[in-house]
Amino acid sequence: MTYTGNRGLQLEEPLLFEKGATDRCGVDLPSVPEVASRLGGLDRHRPIGLPGLSEPDTVRHYTRLSRQNYAIDMGIFPLGSCTMKHNPRLNEKLARLPGFADIHPLQPEATVQGALALIDELATWLKTLTNMPEVAMSPKAGAHGELCGMLAIRAAHDATGDSRKVVLVPESAHGTNPATAAFCGYAVENIPADARGRVDLAALEARLGPDVAAVMITNPNTCGLFEPDMIAIGAAVHAAGAFVYCDGANFNAIVGRVRPGDLGIDAMHINLHKTFSTPHGGGGPGSGPVVFSAALAPFAPLPFVRRVGDRYELVEEAQALASSDHDLSFGRMVAFHGQMGMFVRALSYILSHGADGLRQVAEDAVLNANYVLRSLEDVFTAPFAASGPCMHEALFSDDFLDGTGLSTLDFAKALIDEGFHPMTMYFPLVVHGAMLVEPTETESKASLDQLIGAMRSVATRMLAEAAETFKAAPHLAPRRRLDETAAARKPVLTWREPAGLAAAE
Amino acid sequence: MRYLPLTPDDRRDMLRTIGAPDIDALFADVPAAARLDGPIAGLSHHMPEMLVERHLGRLAARNMTAGGGPFFVGAGAYKHHVPATVDHIIQRGEFLTSYTPYQPEIAQGTLQVLFEFQTQVARLTGMEVANASMYDGSTAMTEAVFMARRVTRRTKALVSSGVHPHYVNVLKTLTRFTDDDVVVRLPDFTPDDDLAELAAQVDGATSCVVVQNPNVFGHVADLAPLAAACHAAGALLIVVVTEVVSLGLVRSPGEMGADIVVGEGQSIGNGLNFGGPYLGLFACRERHVRQMPGRLCGETVDADGRRGFVLTLSTREQHIRREKATSNICTNSGLCALAFSVHLSLLGEAGLRQLAALNHARAVQLADRLGRIDGIEVVTRNFFNEFTLRLPGEARPVVRKLADRGVLGGVSLGRLYPGIRDLDRGLIVAVTETATDADFDAFEDAFDEVLA
Ligand SMILES: Cc1ncc(COP(=O)(O)O)c(C=O)c1O
Repeated sequence: MTYTGNRGLQLEEPLLFEKGATDRCGVDLPSVPEVASRLGGLDRHRPIGLPGLSEPDTVRHYTRLSRQNYAIDMGIFPLGSCTMKHNPRLNEKLARLPGFADIHPLQPEATVQGALALIDELATWLKTLTNMPEVAMSPKAGAHGELCGMLAIRAAHDATGDSRKVVLVPESAHGTNPATAAFCGYAVENIPADARGRVDLAALEARLGPDVAAVMITNPNTCGLFEPDMIAIGAAVHAAGAFVYCDGANFNAIVGRVRPGDLGIDAMHINLHKTFSTPHGGGGPGSGPVVFSAALAPFAPLPFVRRVGDRYELVEEAQALASSDHDLSFGRMVAFHGQMGMFVRALSYILSHGADGLRQVAEDAVLNANYVLRSLEDVFTAPFAASGPCMHEALFSDDFLDGTGLSTLDFAKALIDEGFHPMTMYFPLVVHGAMLVEPTETESKASLDQLIGAMRSVATRMLAEAAETFKAAPHLAPRRRLDETAAARKPVLTWREPAGLAAAE
Repeated sequence: MRYLPLTPDDRRDMLRTIGAPDIDALFADVPAAARLDGPIAGLSHHMPEMLVERHLGRLAARNMTAGGGPFFVGAGAYKHHVPATVDHIIQRGEFLTSYTPYQPEIAQGTLQVLFEFQTQVARLTGMEVANASMYDGSTAMTEAVFMARRVTRRTKALVSSGVHPHYVNVLKTLTRFTDDDVVVRLPDFTPDDDLAELAAQVDGATSCVVVQNPNVFGHVADLAPLAAACHAAGALLIVVVTEVVSLGLVRSPGEMGADIVVGEGQSIGNGLNFGGPYLGLFACRERHVRQMPGRLCGETVDADGRRGFVLTLSTREQHIRREKATSNICTNSGLCALAFSVHLSLLGEAGLRQLAALNHARAVQLADRLGRIDGIEVVTRNFFNEFTLRLPGEARPVVRKLADRGVLGGVSLGRLYPGIRDLDRGLIVAVTETATDADFDAFEDAFDEVLA
């Protein structure tokens, strides 16, 4: 052990609250002019407890912290369903142009024509790539887009006095799907899957009826498989008077090659932070525009951008009130107009690729995933590999570890010691100990070969060597395995002054 | 294409390994009717960096920027100076290009930042706990109303007339199909708020009362009497803060008795960005933490006993609880939270207090100047850095005429409350540390011209 606790370049960093001081400021501010207060006596007198750092110490604090993170800039980040692809810096540069970054959402329309034009241009790409007539740009992330789509569906049924209560969701769906349906006041029921990991069309048809408002289907699905019966599913759902919501989280697999509008869907969100590479930033922000079919388009939310001749209009409540074409809109779902910063990055990414490059994106993403699948299926259990190629991600289960006492979690932690961010674990729920590997198209063959080599090596060792080493992994990361049970049992969610120190004051 | 590393040879070799004759074979599950044989028609093809930059640069040039002239627009989004360090830190690849910290051993950077952020937000709002962020202030407010329903098992929410109308509209949208009964009041054009009426209305069926402080007109109020009325009836007080810099000067909602505080954190560390991405803040009392929405970071230890951080209490969340989750939120505003936290660490308490005092003093100075112009009346009595004017005529065209003269002068009530004639002469004016004396002069001159 070293005196500092540091290990070479692995630097420990105390909390801001342990190193800062409330009277230290890293910003030079102008002095405050003397005026008679207009606060009505509501001044804040008690100490707040916000430590400050000098500017150099601020840079060091966060730089040291940053080095305890894994990131796509450092290597492959094969987190299935998350589409962690390269984040081009051109997009960062353009999003910071003052003409986009330094404009206020409530400026007069005439002063933001370029911003509205950009939103319209991106909207046009999204509609064309999906072959859908309408798009709502304001949702803030994928789950918020799901909410947008389901609210439109609810509003559409409501408009005809139809009070359907049930939404069907496959068990393999992402948790946001059932959570969203419940948020909109629906009861959620499961759609069974067949042995090939796809929606069981016959079972779905049997369940459809006058109480079903919608089905939520992910396509390509969360097992990384295309739903071959999608057109038939859409026809059956529509015949029963319900709508098809498609979770578009996996659009990266088909962008430029398949237009979801050709598959009979009514609404689909697009995670700009997945398919269109806006950086995820360690937990957001995202952006989740929703494309709509003609049947749902009238119910789309406010506000939206409309082109009138060579000008762009922002249609907010005022315009909607004044015109009868928007009276079906289900209303507003965010304070302003959505994630402009993400729109700029996504359009920059889209224009850089063009229609030809985007098609290549889908092809390379699918090629890379199949390469991983076929390179590992002899060692790992690949439950659906026999049914044909996968799309953009390869799904394995931990059945191959049966009898070793080891699990997917142990495998993931061992992969950390190899210098990788692990794949998605335990999702989807339909296979045991799921390992979902999504390489994305921005990985080279050499990068894939290294990941494949490491995964094979770890798996082979797990089958051959003593379990203890793997149970204790990771050994080489900034932290060993963290006690999540203890964290949840007695939650410590904010920093508090240690008791001794507080008493001494 | 510069972002795609595979060469034609790589592709050929990989197809051979896979055992597929060509790429189309990998898309065999796509029904024939939906297959496209080539790039989608009518869309441009790939472009070099230089051309993309030129095209977007032209669009950017068609917008009037906040920094380009006198600027007084607020009403939920504020122009503050963001130190250069903030943008440098958030562009470090280890923060920018990582994901939600699902593997805590290699995400301690993000997790420690979130733990620090949660602590900062809790202290700033005067609450015990805060989450790792929501999308924005408006969605955070709606989630707070839902949380109050879960905590109290009651469904009636009373919403003050001083809450930002966009926030109210979001709440109305999201409660349209639930059992929640949202009672909304419309503002009238007086300096008084409706807190006393709300206190009188709270009853045993009320889950929560929602107020904004400073409110949308800029008015600052003492919420303690309303908090007492809420608690006497077993209801929760939800306080919305859209200008978070105000918390450096104005008594915190927690100190005044709030049970849940939500807010828009954009003002600290984050640019205007035409409305997003922004930063939803969410703080509450510890006893209600299991009803909170969103991600929470908690402290723990690793196998060697060293302190570390993890995402915790996830049994509230959609990936575990599915349709029984407290919210459907997944991706939130992590990087905006980082920007907020870096800026607040640079400021520290002393800096934040000075920044807030500066905002207030400058707003008082401008209010005094504008109040002396013939025909203009300052309606707001007590305010932080934003106040409402009553103009001699409709404000919306005035805003446009001011813009023609290079001054972005505020937000008209007509835009926020369309169709309400009594309000259409109102103009909300925000003043931050970025406004100079020359900006004040230009504003006054432009007003003189436009109102003449
Ligand atoms: C299949 C699927 N659906 C929905 C979501 C939710 O998207 P977001 O995190 O953008 O809200 C995700 C992403 O995590 C996902 O993988």
